[in-house]
Amino acid sequence: MLNVVKAELRKMKRPSLLYVNIGILSFLSILFTSLVFLRTGSSLGNRKGGSDSIQTAESLGKFDGGYFTFGLMSLFLGLIALTVFASQSSNEYSYGTLRNLLVRQPSRMKLLGGKFFAMVVFAFLLITFVAVLNIGLSFAESGHAHISTSLWTSTKAIHGFLTLYGNILLATIGYGLVGMSLGIILKSPMSAISISLLWFMVLENILSAVLTSAAKWLPGNALSAISAGGAKIFSYQRGLLMSGAYLLLFGGVATILFKRRDVAS
Amino acid sequence: MPELAISVRDLTKVYGEQTAVSHATFDIPLGTVCGFVGPNGSGKTTTIRMLLGLISPTGGTGTVLGEDIRSPEKYLSRVGAMIEGPAFYPMLSGRENLKVLADLGGFSYSRVDSLLIKVGLGDRGGSKFKTYSLGMKQRLGIAAALLPDPQLLILDEPTNGLDPNGIQEIRELIKELADNGTSVFVSSHILSELEMISEYLVMLRKGKVIFTGRTQELLGRQNSITLIKPEYQVDLNRLVEITKGLGYEIRIENGSIQIPVNAEFGAILNRAAFEAGITLMSISTQQPTLEETFFEMTEEN
Ligand SMILES: Nc1ncnc2c1ncn2[C@@H]1O[C@H](COP(=O)(O)OP(=O)(O)OP(=O)(O)O)[C@@H](O)[C@H]1O
Ligand SMILES: [Mg+2]
Repeated sequence: MLNVVKAELRKMKRPSLLYVNIGILSFLSILFTSLVFLRTGSSLGNRKGGSDSIQTAESLGKFDGGYFTFGLMSLFLGLIALTVFASQSSNEYSYGTLRNLLVRQPSRMKLLGGKFFAMVVFAFLLITFVAVLNIGLSFAESGHAHISTSLWTSTKAIHGFLTLYGNILLATIGYGLVGMSLGIILKSPMSAISISLLWFMVLENILSAVLTSAAKWLPGNALSAISAGGAKIFSYQRGLLMSGAYLLLFGGVATILFKRRDVAS
Repeated sequence: MPELAISVRDLTKVYGEQTAVSHATFDIPLGTVCGFVGPNGSGKTTTIRMLLGLISPTGGTGTVLGEDIRSPEKYLSRVGAMIEGPAFYPMLSGRENLKVLADLGGFSYSRVDSLLIKVGLGDRGGSKFKTYSLGMKQRLGIAAALLPDPQLLILDEPTNGLDPNGIQEIRELIKELADNGTSVFVSSHILSELEMISEYLVMLRKGKVIFTGRTQELLGRQNSITLIKPEYQVDLNRLVEITKGLGYEIRIENGSIQIPVNAEFGAILNRAAFEAGITLMSISTQQPTLEETFFEMTEEN
């Protein structure tokens, strides 16, 4: 299985995939930290979509100010994991490379397990990169914005950061697993990516807005409840439970198909 | 040590209405080159996929290197394969593509570079696969098949897209591997090539095995053609009368008489001509080619 992880990581470290994703995440990180920290000066604070999370110099000076923008990146990390793993898994079918992999590793469960662990490693590295970048940028910007960073290094801050980090990692793996499963089920990167983006970005938002009662049952809401450590309509536990159920369903179907399906392409 | 490289009994694969392979039964001994022939759609690739555990048979059984094809993990580490056209990651270089497979199989990277050189990609190993020409892609596929230093090599149309030089190189390569004891199972539509290298043959037609055995046995079933040519063309008509008198169906072409008999009849013909006072300039025998035999055996009804 370690061999499979090694092989998968070799495919993922190709520059075109790595640099593009690192580029997107860096751009978003710089954008968010700049916006958040520049606008603390305004009397309104930094209003996020009219919600109650208004960031001011005072609020950013609290213990969780240092990793505030890292938290904002969670959805993007999830979507990148989703698209990367949807294409990594479905391309084995569209390129026809699965047959080569299976000749060298005939145990389909080991192959799938290795792919999953490689995905976890990749998600871990991306999240760590984004965390370091955002915290670094926050420290760098704190000076301009006259924000005190003394609480950012407190034990409470470190504990809070690690919790957030763990939750974002879980949610990102969740998104990655959805992408991987859809990629295997649909065998086409185009349909796997477009269907899942359409669902998470559009349909789920419409559904939650129109049918408020349905909101508690939707997979995207469940995953964001995990990364946020619990949300208003969704407790953290419920998020874990619902995500687990969805992933079991999708992952299970994908696993059975991967194990049984004829590789005739 | 198993005696057989590949052995299948009643191997069958049905896709919906379509029977791709029907009750295929054959044995291929270890240490030989076996050609796998049949018209398009006759089930060669499907059979190979079943031997590699990629698709599950609808019926029948089989072994590869003595192990049941239902447990491919028991033998695939000793098998190299290229199945119907090379498939690789377009964005990775040829070398990286081979390293992915080396990682998976736990093979050392040192083989990667020597194999790239062996298949003639020594100077292009660093280029992306998507920039390769058809023949270069095919060569990379062959390198990938050789990665495990296999005991059994299964090649599905390895010369597809290769230039004459490439075809000759593959022929030499297969011979060299066979001399070192590798068993080779190779499908191809270039029958003249297969005839040169294959000791054994399996022939399919519409999913059914219509011949399995030694190549020579198949060719020997067909009569050879003996050609005789008189020294002086004026004797041709008399010679025709004489051979007809011996009871043969003959054809005349380019001043020679073609008689569908084996080489042993040369002596009889020679004596008959001599007794009639005709000197023969040449007596030669032509074996039927695999191609001719193939056409005869696979043509409709
Ligand atoms: N995945 C599939 N689904 C349905 N039918 C299939 C599938 N794969 C192969 N077939 C059918 O099985 C038959 C045998 O195909 P196969 O690819 O084994 O032939 P082949 O001998 O390799 O031909 P070629 O010389 O053209 O490569 C064909 O009729 C083909 O249409
Ligand atoms: Mg074929």
